[in-house]
Amino acid sequence: MKALVAIKRVIDHNIRPRIKPDGSGVETENVKMSINPFDEIAVEEALRLKTQGIVTEIVAVTIGHGHAQDVLRHALAMGADRAILVDSTAQLQPLAVSKILKAVYEREQPQLVLLGKQAIDDDAGQVGQMLAALLDIGQGTFASKLEISGNEAIVTREVDTGSETVALQLPAVITTDLRLNEPRFVKLPNLMMAKKKPIETIQATDLGIDTAPHLKVTNLAEPPARKPGIKVNSVAELVEKLRSVGAI
Amino acid sequence: MSILILAEHDGQQLRKAARQTISAAQAWGLPVHLLLVGDDTAAAAASAAKVAGVARVIRVDAPHLAHPLAEDVAALVVSLARDYKIVVAPHTTFAKNILPRAAALLDVAVVADVIGIKAPATYARPIYAGSVLATVENTDALQVVTVRATSFDAADDGGNAEITSLPAPAANGKSRWVSEVRNESDQPDLASAPVVVSGGRSLGEQFHQLLTPLAQKLEGAVGATRAAVDAGYAPNDWQVGQTGTIVAPGLYIAAGISGAAQHLAGMKDSKIIVAINHDPDAAIFSVADYGLVADLFEALPALTAAISK
Ligand SMILES: Cc1cc2nc3c(=O)[nH]c(=O)nc-3n(C[C@H](O)[C@H](O)[C@H](O)COP(=O)(O)OP(=O)(O)OC[C@H]3O[C@@H](n4cnc5c(N)ncnc54)[C@H](O)[C@@H]3O)c2cc1C
Repeated sequence: MKALVAIKRVIDHNIRPRIKPDGSGVETENVKMSINPFDEIAVEEALRLKTQGIVTEIVAVTIGHGHAQDVLRHALAMGADRAILVDSTAQLQPLAVSKILKAVYEREQPQLVLLGKQAIDDDAGQVGQMLAALLDIGQGTFASKLEISGNEAIVTREVDTGSETVALQLPAVITTDLRLNEPRFVKLPNLMMAKKKPIETIQATDLGIDTAPHLKVTNLAEPPARKPGIKVNSVAELVEKLRSVGAI
Repeated sequence: MSILILAEHDGQQLRKAARQTISAAQAWGLPVHLLLVGDDTAAAAASAAKVAGVARVIRVDAPHLAHPLAEDVAALVVSLARDYKIVVAPHTTFAKNILPRAAALLDVAVVADVIGIKAPATYARPIYAGSVLATVENTDALQVVTVRATSFDAADDGGNAEITSLPAPAANGKSRWVSEVRNESDQPDLASAPVVVSGGRSLGEQFHQLLTPLAQKLEGAVGATRAAVDAGYAPNDWQVGQTGTIVAPGLYIAAGISGAAQHLAGMKDSKIIVAINHDPDAAIFSVADYGLVADLFEALPALTAAISK
């Protein structure tokens, strides 16, 4: 079966984001960018299903412009078979992204769609659920375990009370949590080889989809800083301080 | 027009996050309706009807809703949504699974993880693991919102809402519930505990031994970093952070935690933060009210002993 993996280029998780001086957004120029960590887990899971002989082809897709290609190269270097860039310079919100992915889904007709459960920039966590809704297929969000059994995906999900397992008829959308797997390390020769793999470009504007934002970001600010604390020298002093402020 | 809250319950009563959402919803000054789904919501509905600020409790009971699936509940929310101006729920795994699905079917956006509401449609929400605060205006006529429960006080009892019942849509044919594992422990609910004692991966196999007695003395819950959960020292639902549970207790004790942005995102709104770390430069000290540079294997037992006195 074919797996479609949707990935996003984000500011690397080790980098502290800075708001642009004019407040119009977060600075991404000359900032280390990487594949969204959850999406990397999604690619890895597809690769493991391929090793098991369940998945036969892995198509990576991203939406963006220019350097967005980098994350596709990363997925190809990990082992994805081919990649699609949906070229767009627009600021896309989750609903628009899921509409675009729906169009890609309809062209590719995969049995499995894998995405990260959230992107670490907007922290919205919506695209997988929205895509499943638009496609009218089942969803397995926050997956920490995935098995394909016949025509079903058996998904263990991390939830607030522990975990839950659901069975989804294929095709289905899976969103990945941190503990689903540990992505492989990409070696330099693989990155070189990935340069030879095909990346197809689709113009987002050719898809005829209304991607106008529903949400307007009117301000970005640093969160208020905590007031500076103090160092205590001993457990006894710590206990005394905590008692004095009524914390214990 | 009214507000619909997708309200989580445990079969007997509302979860605290639902009560916090009820008080968040008062910002709009519109009647608040609660939607309770389950196989038998009678007891939970009766207790929910007593919460102040609730006008109506809508029960939707069906055998297949004993373990509600996103596909089913989203369809239900969609069928009700046209009568509402706002659909809101706490930003829990339950609602995060359901509301985006419902919103896409309604062709509207979701404003996620809201920490402040300015009626009618302006919201504050953290992005980039809480490193940036965004103000967002929603242009949709129907607003779908998830709120960060810890940013709002829990609504108290003092109401007398009407209780109505609606039939459930038939079960969807695309997904089915198989099983669940509840990480049973007698500790208080992490998200709402008044005290949280958290440890990092450096606690190793002694994770429980070092933290549980201290948490019990303080009547608090134990939390963990992702690294501690990944290593298998703590169950997944103890993870505090950007991708785990967000907590804001009166007292948060962080032992052997480096203070990565992803962890801070889940606890930096705690009232008082204590950090114990042997590295004086650890980032966790930047958010700590009281920092103790010490070896945790000595400091934690000493702290536990000192508190009992
Ligand atoms: C996409 C993504 C999402 C993430 N989400 C989360 C999340 O939700 N929650 C989360 O917690 N993390 C999350 N992380 C991981 C996060 O980046 C850190 O790796 C993690 O929080 C580190 O855990 P730690 O503090 O236990 O371990 P480390 O970073 O290894 O720190 C160990 C600390 O213990 C101290 N120490 C060691 N021995 C002792 C001793 N004997 N006495 C005293 N101190 C000692 C060290 O000085 C050090 O500061 C996420 C990462 C990514 C990429």
